[in-house]
Amino acid sequence: MALDSKIPEGPLAEKWKKYRSTVPLVNPANKRNLEIIVVGSGLAGASAAASLAEMGYKVKVFCYQDSARRAHSIAAQGGINAAKNYQNDGDSVYRLFYDTIKGGDYRAREGNVHRLAEVSGNIIDQCVASGVPFAREYGGLLSNRSFGGTQVQRTFYAAGQTGQQLLLGAYSGLQRQVGMGSVKMYTRHEMLDVVIIDGKARGIIARDMVTGQLERHFGHAVLLCTGGYGNVFFLSTNAMGCNVTAAWKAHKKGAFFGNPCYTQIHPTCIPVSGDHQSKLTLMSESLRNDGRIWVPKKKEDAEALRTRKKGPNDIAEDDRDYYLERRYPAFGNLVPRDVASRAAKERCDAGYGVNNTGQAVYLDYAAAIERYGKIEATKHGIDASAAKIVELGKAVVKEKYGNLFDMYEQITGVNPYNEPMQIYPAVHYTMGGIWVDYNLMTTVPGMYSLGEANFSDHGANRLGASALMQGLADGYFVIPYTIGAYLSNEIRTKAISTDHPAFVEAESKVKAQIDTFLNIKGTKTVDYFHKKLGKIMWDKCGMARNAQGLQEAITEIQALRKEFWKDVRVPGSANELNPELEKAGRVADFLELGELMCKDALTRNESCGGHFREEYQTEEGEAMRDDENYAYVAAWEYKDESNWELHKEELKYENIKIAQRSYK
Amino acid sequence: MSDGNMNLTLKVWRQKNGNQKGELVTYPVSNVSPDMSFLEMFDVLNEDLVEKGQEPIAFDHDCREGICGMCSMYINGRPHGPKEGITTCQLHMRSFKDGETVVVEPWRATAFPVIKDLVVDRSAFDRIIAAGGFISVNTGNAQDANSLPISKDDADKSFEAAACIGCGACVATCKNASAMLFVSAKVSQLALLPQGQPERYSRVQNMVEQMDKEGFGNCTNTGACEVECPKGISLENIARMNRDYLVAKAAH
Repeated sequence: MALDSKIPEGPLAEKWKKYRSTVPLVNPANKRNLEIIVVGSGLAGASAAASLAEMGYKVKVFCYQDSARRAHSIAAQGGINAAKNYQNDGDSVYRLFYDTIKGGDYRAREGNVHRLAEVSGNIIDQCVASGVPFAREYGGLLSNRSFGGTQVQRTFYAAGQTGQQLLLGAYSGLQRQVGMGSVKMYTRHEMLDVVIIDGKARGIIARDMVTGQLERHFGHAVLLCTGGYGNVFFLSTNAMGCNVTAAWKAHKKGAFFGNPCYTQIHPTCIPVSGDHQSKLTLMSESLRNDGRIWVPKKKEDAEALRTRKKGPNDIAEDDRDYYLERRYPAFGNLVPRDVASRAAKERCDAGYGVNNTGQAVYLDYAAAIERYGKIEATKHGIDASAAKIVELGKAVVKEKYGNLFDMYEQITGVNPYNEPMQIYPAVHYTMGGIWVDYNLMTTVPGMYSLGEANFSDHGANRLGASALMQGLADGYFVIPYTIGAYLSNEIRTKAISTDHPAFVEAESKVKAQIDTFLNIKGTKTVDYFHKKLGKIMWDKCGMARNAQGLQEAITEIQALRKEFWKDVRVPGSANELNPELEKAGRVADFLELGELMCKDALTRNESCGGHFREEYQTEEGEAMRDDENYAYVAAWEYKDESNWELHKEELKYENIKIAQRSYK
Repeated sequence: MSDGNMNLTLKVWRQKNGNQKGELVTYPVSNVSPDMSFLEMFDVLNEDLVEKGQEPIAFDHDCREGICGMCSMYINGRPHGPKEGITTCQLHMRSFKDGETVVVEPWRATAFPVIKDLVVDRSAFDRIIAAGGFISVNTGNAQDANSLPISKDDADKSFEAAACIGCGACVATCKNASAMLFVSAKVSQLALLPQGQPERYSRVQNMVEQMDKEGFGNCTNTGACEVECPKGISLENIARMNRDYLVAKAAH
C-alpha cells in the first residue's frame, strides 16, 4: 500500500486556504444522520467534539476519567504559541512555521506545519471568546512570554496553568453540547477495540469501567484523540492513566504507526527520589525564561554536593558552569528541549551531576531575583539594600512562577526561593503516533487521529507551547473541515446495527483477553512488569540510543512479554471497577509498543531531535542527521507479533532550506 | 532528604460497590519513606495486597500533580489531608509522624454516591456545568482576541476563580454538603469577563437550579469550603453568585 499524504498542490501559503474552500460539504439535514465517535476528551477530543456537534453531527465522546475535564491536557503548564505578533517583535505565520520545522529537526511536513501556524491565531481568539482568562498586561491586552527554540514572544499563558484553562474552556463548550443533547458523554469508559466493516472504521468496543459491561457503539467515523504513549517508560510526566491502548488496537487493525521512536525528554523535571516513585513532575519550561542552569565546574565540588558536605549556595560564581550559555550563546537557557536534555545528561555522565544520585543539575533563580529586585527598586524610587532587593525580587518571581515554586517545595521539601532547584530530564511527550494524512485520517478509512495521538506536526522534536496549539488546531479548525471529505460520501450509509458480525467478533475478542488476564493467576503484579519495561526503555531507548542496546532491548522486551502472559496476577473480577484489570490491558499493549519503538530507533541510522543515536553525532556531540537516507516518515504496518513492515513517506522541503540545526 | 522511615496504621474505608455496606479496615504499613507521596504509599500497600492475594483498594487518581482534580481522599477528617492548599496526590508522607494512625474515607455527600472503596461519582458537577457553565460561542465566531481589552484586575480575579479543579473537597467538607463554592467559582469566572455578560443572569439561574436538583445542601456560610479548597477559591465568589442570583430572580 502506497502512502498518500494528500497534501494539496499549490504554493505553501495557499494550500490550506484553497483546500478549505474546495473540500466537499455535508448539508445540515444529512449531518443530523451522521454519527461520530470521539475517543478522548483532552484539548483535541473536547474541541473536536464540541465543534462537530455545533455543526450538527451526532457525537459520542468516551473518556476513562470520571469527567471530561480531567484529561491530561489539563496539566500543561507553560503556554500556547500563536503567531499574533502582538509584541511587535517580528513574529509572523512564516516564522512560527519555520521555527516549528527547524525545532522538529526537519522531520515534519511543511504543509501540515504551515496550516498549524495559520490557524494558531484563531485558537487564541476562540479561547478568549469562550472565557479563557489568559494573563494580561495593565492596558488590558494579552501578555506573552518566550519559550525554547524561538527568539520572539509568542506564548500566551495563564500563570502556570495554561493547559487547565484551555481544557476547561474546551470542556465547557463540550458540556454545552452535552446539555443540548447533541453530544452523548461516556465517562469512565475505556475503548478496547475498533470495529472495521468493509475496510472502514465503523465503531468501537468500550468497557464501562464501573460495571465492567462491554458495549458496542456504531459511528460513521471514529476519532482517536487519546494522547501520547510516554507511559511506556513507566516514569514520565504523563498522568497515571495515560495509555496507548486505543491507538494500539487501531494499529493492530490497520492504522500505520508513525515515527514511534520520537520521544520528547523534557529537560526540567523534578529528579527521581526513590523506588516508590510513581510519576515525575514537570517544572514548566517557562522557568527557563528567567532561571539559569548550571553544574559545578569542579568534580570535587560535585562530589561534595552529592554527599551534602556543601550546598549549592556555597559554590562561588566562578566555579559554576552555566553550560547551556557556554555552549549555545545565541539561545542560552532557551535552547529546544532535546538539546537542553542531552546537555544535562552529558554533564551528569561526565561526573558533574548533583543530588545524591548524581542525576540532577541546578536551575537557579538568584540572578533573576536580583534583576527583578533592582527593577522594582528603581520603579518605586527606593535606594534599597541588597537584602531589600532580594525581597522585592522574590515577590516578582512569586507573582510570575509562584505555583511552580510551591509545587517544587511541596514535593522536595526544599524552598526554591532560597536554594536553586534540582532538575533532571524526564519523558514528557511523544512526537510519534498514528500516521495520518493531511485530513488527519489514518490508513483506515473513516478513522482519524488528532492531537498528541497522531504523529503529524512536530517532526523529531516538539517546541514548548506547541502541543496545546496542535491539539486545539486539530480539534477546532482542521477536523471540522477535513472530515467533510469523507462524510460527504457517507450520507447514504445508514447506521449499522451493532449485531453485525464484526461487532460481535470484536467484542468476543475483547472479552477473551479480559478472561485470560483473570485466569493467568500468576505471581507478579502488573506494575512489576510495567516498571521492568520502563527501565529497559529508559536505559536503552531513552535520551541516547545505540544499535547494540536497542537489539538487547528488543530481546529483553520479548522475553518480558512472554513472562507477563504467563505470570501476571490480576485480582478481582471482570464485572466491577477493577483498576488492576485496566492496568493489565494497558501494560500488555505497552509491551508490544516498546518493541516497535526500539525497532524504529534501530532502523533510523541517524540522530534527529529527540532521537539521538550515539553512533551519529558531530565532534561537539550534536545530533547528526542523514538527510540523504532518512528524510522520511517511518510508517509501520502491523503484520503479526514482532513483525512489522516499514513504509516510507518521503519528506519534501520546497520552502525551507534544510540545514544542520544550530542554536549557537 | 530522608529522615528515616516510618510505620503507620491505616484505617481505610472498604466498600464493594454502591449497594453494599462498607466498613473501615485496618492495614499496618511499614517502612514508609517521608519522600513518598500519600498515593505512592497506597501504591505500595496495594502491591502488597495483590501479592498476598487480597483485593487492592480502589481510589481515584490520575495526574498526580494537583491539577486534574481526580484524587479525593478524606484523610483524618479533612479532604486532601492535613495540609492546606494541596490535593491528596501532592501530600507527602513527611507530613505524618512515625506511629500515627491515619483514617482514610471517601468524599461523603448524597450527591456523590460511593462507587467502590474510596471512589465516588461526581458526575453531578458535569451536569451543573452542562446546565450553564459556559459562554455560548460556536467555533469560528470569535473576533480578534485583543479587540476586547479586559482590566488586569478583572482578568486576574476571573483566573483565580477559574483555578477550581472540580475535585469536590468543598462539598466533602461542608456539613450540608453544599456545592456553592464550586458553582460560584464558575459563575464568577464568567461574570467577571465582558464575554460572559450576555448570559450572566440566565447562567446563574440555570446552574443553581441544576445544583438543587442534584441534591446538594444549602450554604450556611461556615466557610469550611474555602479553608479546605486546594486551590484557595474564595468565599467572595459565593457572595457574588448570591448577588447575581438575586438580581436574576428580581428581573424574572
